[in-house]
Amino acid sequence: MKICVLVKEVPDAAVEKRIDPSTGRMDRSGERNLNPYDTHAIEAAMQIKEGGAVEVDEIVAVTMGPASAVRALHKAVSLGADRSVHLSDDALAGSDVAATGYALAQTLERESPDLVLLGQQSDDGECYTIGAVLADHLRMPSLTQVIKMDVVEGKLTCERQAEYGYDTVEIRTPAVISVGDAINEPRYPSLKAIMGAKKKPLEALGAGDVGVDISKVGAEGSQVDCGTFKAPPAKQAGTIIEDEDTIETVGKIVAWLDERKLI
Amino acid sequence: MPGILVYALHYEGAINKNSLGAVSEAARLAGELGTEAHAIVMGGDDLTDDLCASLGRYGAAKVLRAKGPEGLAQPVVDAMAKAVADGGYDYALFGGGLLGFEIGAGLAARLGAGVTMEVTAVNVDGGRLVAERPIHGDSSISSSRYKGFGIIIGRLNAFETQEAGSGAATVEDLDVELSEWSTRATMVKRGEQRGVDVDIEGADLLVAGGRGLGKAEGFEMLEQLAGTLGGAVAATRAVVDAGWFPYAAQIGQTGKTVAPKLYLAAGISGAIQHKVGMQSSENIVAINKDANAPIFEYSDLGIVGDLNKIVPKLNDAIKVKKGG
Ligand SMILES: Cc1cc2nc3c(=O)[nH]c(=O)nc-3n(C[C@H](O)[C@H](O)[C@H](O)COP(=O)(O)OP(=O)(O)OC[C@H]3O[C@@H](n4cnc5c(N)ncnc54)[C@H](O)[C@@H]3O)c2cc1C
Ligand SMILES: Nc1ncnc2c1ncn2[C@@H]1O[C@H](COP(=O)(O)O)[C@@H](O)[C@H]1O
Repeated sequence: MKICVLVKEVPDAAVEKRIDPSTGRMDRSGERNLNPYDTHAIEAAMQIKEGGAVEVDEIVAVTMGPASAVRALHKAVSLGADRSVHLSDDALAGSDVAATGYALAQTLERESPDLVLLGQQSDDGECYTIGAVLADHLRMPSLTQVIKMDVVEGKLTCERQAEYGYDTVEIRTPAVISVGDAINEPRYPSLKAIMGAKKKPLEALGAGDVGVDISKVGAEGSQVDCGTFKAPPAKQAGTIIEDEDTIETVGKIVAWLDERKLI
Repeated sequence: MPGILVYALHYEGAINKNSLGAVSEAARLAGELGTEAHAIVMGGDDLTDDLCASLGRYGAAKVLRAKGPEGLAQPVVDAMAKAVADGGYDYALFGGGLLGFEIGAGLAARLGAGVTMEVTAVNVDGGRLVAERPIHGDSSISSSRYKGFGIIIGRLNAFETQEAGSGAATVEDLDVELSEWSTRATMVKRGEQRGVDVDIEGADLLVAGGRGLGKAEGFEMLEQLAGTLGGAVAATRAVVDAGWFPYAAQIGQTGKTVAPKLYLAAGISGAIQHKVGMQSSENIVAINKDANAPIFEYSDLGIVGDLNKIVPKLNDAIKVKKGG
């Protein structure tokens, strides 16, 4: 079985957020890192490989993004992927979800994976939808938010929480699965793996290499135009208490609750 | 001239509340556009004529009924693609929910259409729909315009349910041939409840816990606080998926929506999917050790600190207050 894991480079959430005063928008520049949700997808691939129920030939990390995104690939490889693929092209800049999914599908088409794994959401995009877009292009069955997955040759048994409780779904591979963050506890890379990551094969591809029709990607090719932005309705900022003396803190909380007749 | 196609999810003979909201919203928009809102449902024999026709009360002029498996997205993509090919719709609309995300995205790929998710408002501008979506942790709102077919996936509870329709909708059976890949997924068990059945919807005061509790036992502390306050305990999906607390107490996108007088969140980051289920609470208090946690952006009172230190002392202090 061949597994492709999709990974993305996102702004590091641990870095303090800053609103750009000129635009009123969140400043997302600064440190970037592997999307934390994707580490669960890599771990899921590793557990299938180590589980022994099926033979895993290869785990391939795939990303679409600017030059800096190679760091996300190095991280993915340090967590266990055997090699990686980087789709990068100026023509892809500004692609919406559907266009991104299409370009990634074209890239995956060349790999013919038996299983494509994704994280549940990208920390910056928050679309939770790339998996479903991919699956339709790849003509594969798909499920998102999977928190338990049993794999045998040709078949996956997946559990996930949907609107009415937990569902159990059986899927015949090849398939596209996005995993929820409760599926596993990702391992930390060893120092040796971090050092060795840059030596593993990394294939850099442009849109033309994977047969992406340029008219369907980028800002021009995207079907949604989200050009205008506005600030959300102003909300009265809440009171913030830094807990230093806990007795004092709880005194303030009790007074606050009491004032509002909540106790 | 039909205009907007809405997917309506159902379970055990009842239509999903967010789907009813989406039908109501589509009817309102179709009215402004001078077109019609139609609904599409997929399932088995529980999709009776009466159940389907009842969508007319929310403004659907017609309901397309397709036979197929329930609770899976891709068969619905097949059905909606067929309906769009037959009917000349310009837009597809979904209420908030997991399946809506999956179907909407799959349909966007199939039709080469534009898609916007987490939409909180839709307007008509120059005869076209414009969808508003909060982005970057709700710090800004972007407006989506569609070059061609537009797919709009609402945020949970974004669309109000309104019985503004004129009565029963016409019900039409839609013949769909499922694509090969859609048939490769089968539902083995649907809607399994995990953990005990607790009722949190009636509670005026809710104490909610998240991953910051560190372990399942952390909930004991919250049970005590809720007991003192005279309220109930709720949870995030992260801790429910981890098996620390029952699903019936989960707040958010795939859980319950509540609006108590007090929502006290302990060890909860405040992800959008959690927020959508509790943001209408009258008073929101959050305890989190990370000053950057998103929940502080919508709390009325935020305490930056360790819940293990604060919660037990808070419980004692409230006891004293109530006793005195
Ligand atoms: C399609 C979809 C649907 C979803 N549906 C839901 C849903 O219905 N409900 C839901 O809740 N989520 C849902 N989620 C998940 C959601 O995105 C978040 O992952 C989840 O809400 C996080 O839960 P949490 O706040 O418990 O955990 P975390 O995000 O891990 O936050 C834990 C917090 O605890 C704090 N903390 C840690 N230790 C302490 C301490 N000692 N004292 C004080 N604070 C501490 C940390 O600073 C952190 O902010 C959904 C996601 C997707 C993609
Ligand atoms: N540009 C990208 N390159 C590779 N994978 C991506 C990209 N964008 C999103 N993904 C994958 O899709 C998942 C869901 O992302 P999203 O739909 O953007 O929330 C992520 O966790 C990644 O696994």
